[in-house]
Amino acid sequence: MSDPLALTVIGVENLRVGFGGGAQSFPAVQGVSFSIVEGEIFGLVGESGSGKSTILRVISGLNRDWSGRLTIRGQEIGKRRAKRFYKTVQMVFQDPYGSLHPRKTVDAILYEGLAVQSMDDRQRRIERVLYDVGLQDGFRFRYPHQLSGGQRQRVAIARALILEPRILLLDEPTSALDVSVQAEILNLLRELRVRRRLTCILVSHNLAVVAHMCERIAVMNRGRIVEELDSASLRAGVAQDPYTQQLMRAARGYDRAIADSFVDFD
Amino acid sequence: MTETPLLELVDLRVRYPGRHRTVEAVRGLDLTVGREKLGIVGESGSGKSSVGRAILRLLPPTAVVTAGSMRFQGSDVLAASEAEMRSIRGRRITMVTQDPKFALNPVMSIGAQIAEAYLAHRHVSPEEARQRTLEMLQTVRFRDPERVFASYPHELSGGMGQRAMIAMMVIAGPDLLIADEPTSALDAAIQMQILAILDDLVGQRGMGLVFISHDIDLVAAFCDRIAVMYGGRIVETCAAGALHEARHPYTRGLLAAIPRLERAVEQLPVLARDESWLAP
Repeated sequence: MSDPLALTVIGVENLRVGFGGGAQSFPAVQGVSFSIVEGEIFGLVGESGSGKSTILRVISGLNRDWSGRLTIRGQEIGKRRAKRFYKTVQMVFQDPYGSLHPRKTVDAILYEGLAVQSMDDRQRRIERVLYDVGLQDGFRFRYPHQLSGGQRQRVAIARALILEPRILLLDEPTSALDVSVQAEILNLLRELRVRRRLTCILVSHNLAVVAHMCERIAVMNRGRIVEELDSASLRAGVAQDPYTQQLMRAARGYDRAIADSFVDFD
Repeated sequence: MTETPLLELVDLRVRYPGRHRTVEAVRGLDLTVGREKLGIVGESGSGKSSVGRAILRLLPPTAVVTAGSMRFQGSDVLAASEAEMRSIRGRRITMVTQDPKFALNPVMSIGAQIAEAYLAHRHVSPEEARQRTLEMLQTVRFRDPERVFASYPHELSGGMGQRAMIAMMVIAGPDLLIADEPTSALDAAIQMQILAILDDLVGQRGMGLVFISHDIDLVAAFCDRIAVMYGGRIVETCAAGALHEARHPYTRGLLAAIPRLERAVEQLPVLARDESWLAP
C-alpha cells in the first residue's frame, strides 16, 4: 500500500479531455484526479470508451488537447514534451503487431531510442535489455514478422526499458495475446518492475489481470473515476459503487440470471 | 445429444501448401455435433477457425481440405456441388463472425440486408420478409425494431451490430450455427447479453451451436461440451461442467495460466509445451 511519506511520482488533478470542438464535443475524461507514489503499480479499469487509455495518452504526451494539472516527480508538465521527458516516461501499447516498425530489425528498433537520447554504450545496452526481457539468442537481427505475438511484446517492452525510464505506462499490454503468453508477459513485467524500481500505470479491461498486477485500482465509467479500491477489496468483491459491482459480476463468467440483470450506467 | 447427429466430421485435414513449406492447420480431427452448444477452444494458430470455415467450405481456394467423411444431417458436404453448398450455407448452416463491421454491408440499411438474407432462401413476398425481419430484430432484443430496421451499420454500437448479424444468420431458421469468436470484441456486460440471446435461440429453436473461442472460462460457463484444440487436433473433449477434471496437460496448463480474482498468486504458472502433444 502507499506510504504517505513516499514521493508522488505521477500527479493528475482534475484532468479533462474532450474530442471534437464546439457543442458536439465528446467529453472523454471529465475531471479525473489521482496520485501515484514511487514504485507503485496503479490500475485503471473500465469498459471501452471509459477514458482509461485517453488518460495514458495525455500523460505520455500523445494527446495535447487537455486541461487540468499534471505533475511528474514533483514538476508540473505542459502539453509539449521535451526529448528528455521520454527518458523518464515510456509506454507499451496494446497491439504488438501495430507498434513495431515492420521494416526494421529488433536491433534497429532498439538502437533508434538510444540514438535519439544520445545514450552511449549502445551495443552493450541492447544485449542487456534483450537478456532482461528473455530474448537472448538469435532475436537481435530478426524482423517483427519473424516473431510471435509474445516475442513482439517483449521487444516493445525492451524498447521502452532500454532508455532506463522511471515510469512505465502500460496500455492493455496483454489483451492481444493468448493466455499462456499473457502469463509470461505479466510475470516479466512484475519482475522488471521490482528489479528496476519502476512506477507504473496499467490500463486494462480485465479485472483479474489488474488485481494480479496492481496494489491500487481505479474503476472508470464514462470519463470519471467511480471508485478507487485496493486489490484485496477487488478480490473480496467489496466494491461500493453499483457500476463496479456490475463489472465484477460480468467478470465472473456467463450466468443466465446475471446477464438479465445488467443495466446501462449513464 | 440426439441419436442422429447434425454434423459428423471424420479425420478432417486442412493444409495450406506454400512454396517453402506446407502449413497443416487441421491434422486429423474427429467431431460430432448434435443439437447442443459445443465449444471449440484453442489458442491462436490451433486451427479452430479453419474447422468452422471448412464445415461451410469457406476456406480460401489455396487451402486443401480432405476428410474421411464430412456429413451434415446425413448428406455429404465434402462432395456437394457449389450449387448444393449455396442451399446449405445461409439456410441450414450459418456463421457469425467476430466483427460486425466487416460482416455487414455499410451502404445498406440493417433491415434491408436481413430481409435480403431471408428472401434469398424463402419464396415469400417482400412485405412478409419485412414482417419477419421486424420480428427477428425483436427476438435479438432491440427495443425499437422499426428504428433499427431503417438504420445503417455505422449507426450501431459493436453489441448492436453483433445482434443484427445474429438476426441475419438465424432468420432463415438454420439447424446449425457456427459462431467464431462472436463476443471477443465486446465488453463483458454486452458479451453476456449476446450469449443470453444465443442461449435462447439454441434452446427455443433446437439449433446446434458450434462456439469457437480462445476464452476457455467463457466456453465452460456457456456451452454444454468443450473440445480443446492444440496443433490442429482435438486433444481433449469433456462436459463443460467437468472442465476442472480435465486431464490433458495442455488444458490444465491453460487453466492454470489465467489470473483469477478469487486466487492471488505471486507468479502465474507458465505453460510448458511438450512435443508429444503434437503426436497423433
